Amino acid sequence: MNYSNLFRIAVRALFRNKMRAFLTMLGIIIGVASVIAMLAIGEGSKASIREEMSGMGTNMVMIMPNFQRRGGVSLGTSNSNVLKLSDVTALRNEAVTLTAVSPEIRASGQVIYSNENTQTTIYGVSEEYLPIKKLEVKAGRIFNSAEVRNMSKVCLLGQTVVENLFGKGADPVGLTIRIKNLPFLIIGTLEDKGESGMGQDQDDLIIAPYSTVQRRLAAIDYINGIYASAVSEEKSAAAIAEASEILRRTHKLKESAENDFRIMSQSELIERVSSITNIMTILLGAIAGISLLVGGIGIMNIMLVSVTERTREIGLRMSVGGRGRDILKQFLVESMLLSILGGLLGIIFGYLIAKLAGSLMDSEPLVKTQSVVLAFIVCFIIGVFFGWYPARKAANLNPIDALRYE
Amino acid sequence: MNNIVIETNNLRKDYHIGEVTVHALRGVDMKIHEGEFVAIMGASGSGKSTMLNILGCLDKPSVGSYCLDGVDVNTMNRDETARLRNRKLGFVFQSYNLLARTTALENVELPLFYNGKIKARERKERAVKALEDVGLADRMHHMPNQLSGGQQQRVAIARSLVNDPVLILADEPTGNLDTRTSFGIMELFQELNSKGRTIVYVTHEPDIARFATRNVIFRDGKIQKESQVADRYFATEMLKNLGPEIEEDFD
Repeated sequence: MNYSNLFRIAVRALFRNKMRAFLTMLGIIIGVASVIAMLAIGEGSKASIREEMSGMGTNMVMIMPNFQRRGGVSLGTSNSNVLKLSDVTALRNEAVTLTAVSPEIRASGQVIYSNENTQTTIYGVSEEYLPIKKLEVKAGRIFNSAEVRNMSKVCLLGQTVVENLFGKGADPVGLTIRIKNLPFLIIGTLEDKGESGMGQDQDDLIIAPYSTVQRRLAAIDYINGIYASAVSEEKSAAAIAEASEILRRTHKLKESAENDFRIMSQSELIERVSSITNIMTILLGAIAGISLLVGGIGIMNIMLVSVTERTREIGLRMSVGGRGRDILKQFLVESMLLSILGGLLGIIFGYLIAKLAGSLMDSEPLVKTQSVVLAFIVCFIIGVFFGWYPARKAANLNPIDALRYE
Repeated sequence: MNNIVIETNNLRKDYHIGEVTVHALRGVDMKIHEGEFVAIMGASGSGKSTMLNILGCLDKPSVGSYCLDGVDVNTMNRDETARLRNRKLGFVFQSYNLLARTTALENVELPLFYNGKIKARERKERAVKALEDVGLADRMHHMPNQLSGGQQQRVAIARSLVNDPVLILADEPTGNLDTRTSFGIMELFQELNSKGRTIVYVTHEPDIARFATRNVIFRDGKIQKESQVADRYFATEMLKNLGPEIEEDFD
């Protein structure tokens, strides 16, 4: 019996029990659809998180004080002031793997213009901060070194702050606002950055010279963090090593002492987050894969029923010359048809679910060709694997017993 | 004398059901020549069905030899006997065994599907011819459930003829049919036999056995009696004697 005939027989057999065939396929459809949709959602969120994070600069290196803990108990804020401006100077002067270094001093407070006010965070930084964090000036200019030196009361506003104080799209350059009751001249605004991967508004900020913020707003002698750029993404690890060596020296740490600061690179962070989303994708895919397995068992179940139901037909086919392998092929083709048809419908269905999920979520799901091909191959294998046992059972029937089967 | 189609020697068949051994056949020697029309008779349990299964290569004897058309069947494996059934044998069953929801034509085509040498066109031509031979040229595209019992059995006979077998084996072919329809089937068999077809059938009705040229009576797994039929029935006449018929039609 050739394959086109086998195919016709299989199609007819399935059409004879349309409802049953459909319900059997439903298992596979749901399985494949969920695999496709889950992988698409996982891949989509991975891609969007990755994109967001590289938007912050892939060669960025962050240094923060290490809040030391002993036995899970925080030893207080005494450690939070270990970073000083001198560390920035040391890094700037000595580190060859860093191209730009900026301190960061954070102060939060009320910002007032006319009768509008808003609560935001003021970042005291140097002019190198912008390229490090991939921020750009939209209107106006960044402050210069003279203004840093003089602790000038100048600032640049993020778009959320502009919106809150002046209304959307306004250009407030040249106006004066009051931050914690001190007048600040607005010398520029920052480009829109949108939400971060973690859902944080990256435009709700004001930046000002670090000297101004440290002395006039925060009134502290330490800094909250250091941001720097490695010469390249590949050099991030080297930059981390070099920077920590310099800092250990300036902090006069003993050989045995732990770092009193934390240092990490953006690329490392991306890796870490990616690996989390990867695990999530695998987990989602695995759960969906289980439903695909259940679908496969459904096929096996219905094929066994079909073999039992058609025992007399099998006996007849054998009596007119059908060999075991002809019968085997007939049932295999049928189960493969079920699973492949179910797989195709599942792929379409999964794609639609992914699209639907995309319209409900921020991240656009990514239906990868690999996952479609994989789903298809898995269906093919399921068809063969779960069809094999029933088909084998049919092929091994004794013709007389099969013919006499009631 | 014509060629020998069937020759068996000391055929024995034992079934083991748990601890009990059933001797279905206890040494059967049988010879059937080409062109013969043989009825196998016997009570139930006499071994006649087992004999027919062995003749049809659906079952193997425990002991003894069986040559079909000059070929020793005993040495063959499953695939080879399947091929033998496909090329040399035609089966007719008591319950017709047609594929449901499949047209008469496709039912008749079925054996040829398992013959790789036959192309689609030839397959169809031969199936049409076989259906014409059994008088169902106008019922080719009917499904089995649209046909009467007699018509279904004719489709089954057409199916047994389509591969031009050396031997047709029928297991109680009239068992499910009324007298008139039974005579109709026997008329068809006699007609086929008159054209030289070798036919062996099993029946337990003495009347039906009288349509054959030779009767073989089984008892307790052995041939009890073998005889040429002296006063043979001819179905065409018998049908005439039954008087005007009320045509059954399931259209």
